[in-house]
Amino acid sequence: MKNDLEHRAEVAVPLNSRRKFIRAAVTTGGAAILSAELAVLTARGNADTAAQIVLPAATKDVTPFKVSVPQGAIDDLKRRLASTRWPERETVGDWSQGVPLQKAQALVAYWRDKYDWRRFEARINAFPQYRTQIDGVGIHFIHVRSPQQNALPIILTHGWPGSVVEFLEVIGPLSDPTRYGGRAEDAFHVVVPSLPGFAFSDKPAETGWDVNRIARAWATLIPRLGYERWVAQGGDWGAGVTHALAHQRPPGLIAAHVNWQFVFPEKLPEKPTPAEQKAIDRAALFANDQSGYFREQGTRPQTIGYPLADSAAGQALWIYEKFQSWTDNHGNPEDALSVDAMLDDISLYWFTDTAASSARIYWENTRSGKAGLSGGRIELPMAASVFPHEIFCPPKAWAEALWPNLFYWNEVDKGGHFAAFEQPKLFIEELRKAFRSRRG
Amino acid sequence: MHKKDDIENKTGAPTPLRSRRKFIGAAVATGGVGILSRELAVLSACGSADTAAQIVLPTTTKEVTPFKIHVPQAALDDLKKKLANARWPDKEPVTDWSQGVPLAKAEALVEYWRTHYDWRRVESTLNGLPQFRTQIDGLGIHFIHVRSNHENALPVILTHGWPGSILEFLQVIGPLVDPMAHGGKADDAFHVVIPSLPGFGFSDKPTEPGWRLPRIASAWALLMMRLGYSHYVAQGGDWGAGVTSWMAKQRLSGLAAIHLNLPILFPPPPPPPGGYTAAEQQALDHLGKYASDASGYASIQGTRPQTLGYGLADSPVGQAMWIYEKLQGWSDNKGGEAISTDRMLDDITLYWLTDTAASSARLYYESFAKDFARMPLDLPVAVSIFKGDFFAPPKIWGDQTYSKLFYWNEVPKGGHFAALEQPELFVAELRKSFPQMR
Repeated sequence: MKNDLEHRAEVAVPLNSRRKFIRAAVTTGGAAILSAELAVLTARGNADTAAQIVLPAATKDVTPFKVSVPQGAIDDLKRRLASTRWPERETVGDWSQGVPLQKAQALVAYWRDKYDWRRFEARINAFPQYRTQIDGVGIHFIHVRSPQQNALPIILTHGWPGSVVEFLEVIGPLSDPTRYGGRAEDAFHVVVPSLPGFAFSDKPAETGWDVNRIARAWATLIPRLGYERWVAQGGDWGAGVTHALAHQRPPGLIAAHVNWQFVFPEKLPEKPTPAEQKAIDRAALFANDQSGYFREQGTRPQTIGYPLADSAAGQALWIYEKFQSWTDNHGNPEDALSVDAMLDDISLYWFTDTAASSARIYWENTRSGKAGLSGGRIELPMAASVFPHEIFCPPKAWAEALWPNLFYWNEVDKGGHFAAFEQPKLFIEELRKAFRSRRG
Repeated sequence: MHKKDDIENKTGAPTPLRSRRKFIGAAVATGGVGILSRELAVLSACGSADTAAQIVLPTTTKEVTPFKIHVPQAALDDLKKKLANARWPDKEPVTDWSQGVPLAKAEALVEYWRTHYDWRRVESTLNGLPQFRTQIDGLGIHFIHVRSNHENALPVILTHGWPGSILEFLQVIGPLVDPMAHGGKADDAFHVVIPSLPGFGFSDKPTEPGWRLPRIASAWALLMMRLGYSHYVAQGGDWGAGVTSWMAKQRLSGLAAIHLNLPILFPPPPPPPGGYTAAEQQALDHLGKYASDASGYASIQGTRPQTLGYGLADSPVGQAMWIYEKLQGWSDNKGGEAISTDRMLDDITLYWLTDTAASSARLYYESFAKDFARMPLDLPVAVSIFKGDFFAPPKIWGDQTYSKLFYWNEVPKGGHFAALEQPELFVAELRKSFPQMR
């Protein structure tokens, strides 16, 4: 059996030859969706490759998957962190030039000395995970079926620099509400995929994977899991994918919810209301001062990938900055998210070497014109929750103008860009309230 | 000749800035040396294993102190170790440079850097030139200063940009200083001053905000005065053009004229009633392409230089590719190599060894949005457009912007790194530009 697995890994496609250092668990043969028969792929023996792994090849079967990063990769990370070379201190007293050196060094020291990846690995492996090939790319996802037969299937899509990690806290309450003080009729079957190029999904070896193509892949994934009537949810690029799904209206998709709304009017109002002005101002601030990462990732994802693939500190701070800038905090990201939670996400990017491949989603969508502030007119029934510390918060009137079937809109009082990660209870409540009218 | 203790004592009380200037084994003169003094004492690298790859720049005073470079072997060993340990991203899904440096090109450059490249060669070249450091406006400024044997030579200050350095000018120093030995006339001679921008090379890294172009321009004027020059010209491209333009705008005492190889003629003047000409339209297209597809680096350096700095300070591969992309994208390399691999790696290695990714990026944060734009100038201005640069403005914009535009030439070969790519043409342009300023 082990030979089979090694053989599989040896005939990796060009893509996989670069997928190094994830020792993944893989089932052999046509496993059913819920099969738990797993065989662990051992890491290769020699010293050079002890930190490298190859993702199991995906087929159109839905194959159970578990995460097991080889110790060699963890040791390599700690060695890199211990030998980090630093820039000088910033010349300002705040975050305006990026992560302050002192904060950076504290985060890296914690990552090296205290952070426990195995804790996270056990946590994510407690969820049923799978990989299946769609449109040529192996897609990794968590899939938790509710014990409630009539539960509503939902696909939750993360963005950048997020991941499936953002949703781990909400999967239990969404899929099994009665265990968490909720009502059986609020139950969801929950599907949480990793975007192509992110985490344990394959890295596309060809161009074209913009939000439209990802949305089509999701519309293939859901029926493959046996669902005929479903809803979609997302924030950040996940909102982009969800807007795209709403446009495409694949069979069975009955409604969508987004926690970031791309509803800017084509022509900005000449006399904006205070709420409109605030959205315009926040979008302008983003364009002028906060979108350097976006422009670089949108134009030269490969070049920015080199330092981030090679420097663990570089990868960590590239992401950490966003946790500070985009969460609802009092100045420090730790006000909104625990250090361990942030490092779970950062470590996932690091171990999977996905800095360049995740940055590429900006290049793809910039090229295909899907990176704008307006998703255009959407006929599908739409729901939205506005978290106040989002990058920009459009007023309801703009959504009403573009979404004729807007059926739910709520502005909550706390939380930011990483809604489910920062405010899991509120996020759950929003999804329950939003989709209550779409059931049955 | 001088006690080692003295020198160590000097570096033993570092300012906050100094404590971050690590791993440059620098040579430092002790005591009141004159501009041309060659009395040097070499600072040994710190002894412990932890700091063997670290060095501290000598402190500066307002005196002009000779300076030599000796990077400790440990820093070079550390670089090779990091290169051997490089972790790579996957291959780009395109077949060109449209997503950045292609993986195969990146791996080839790093392999050459690790196995063939020799830093000691360029170190020795630099140390063959008179180099100095002096404190201006609180900051130690490193510069090359070569006086011509011709007493009436015209002093010129040449300013590099990003991701360039003083190394761009190495090939032009000889011909500018000693024209007779390089096919020129005695009347073509220059005294040459080539400073490293603050935060670049062996200049100090600013520890406070405010080192914008106007401040650098003023510092250069103080430097020229300190060197005893009361009638001089200034030259630059890229950020060097920004500094040089600001020197002209400030009408600094002693500055007679400037020469630019990337005139800051953006944003362009408003269109005339009949609309832009074809030549203007082409330049506009270049600007548009730059803004939409080629300015990501400027956007991130202009807003979050510190965050970007972490990856580039820690990964020599990352630092190399961050620069290599620009050397490829901005040089005139149609149909061949514009800059040799060794010369590219000289520049890259200088950034790496001095750990100046963040401090050099910070110039964008300081000035890119505020000071780096078209400004009318009334001082005499000369311009050479190297047609392979990513932006080649038409002369009419120069006429509309510079009231005393006395020289404009379009050079068919060469790109953004004019002196590095086409040293002979660059020298010829300076010789042709400045005769009437002598």
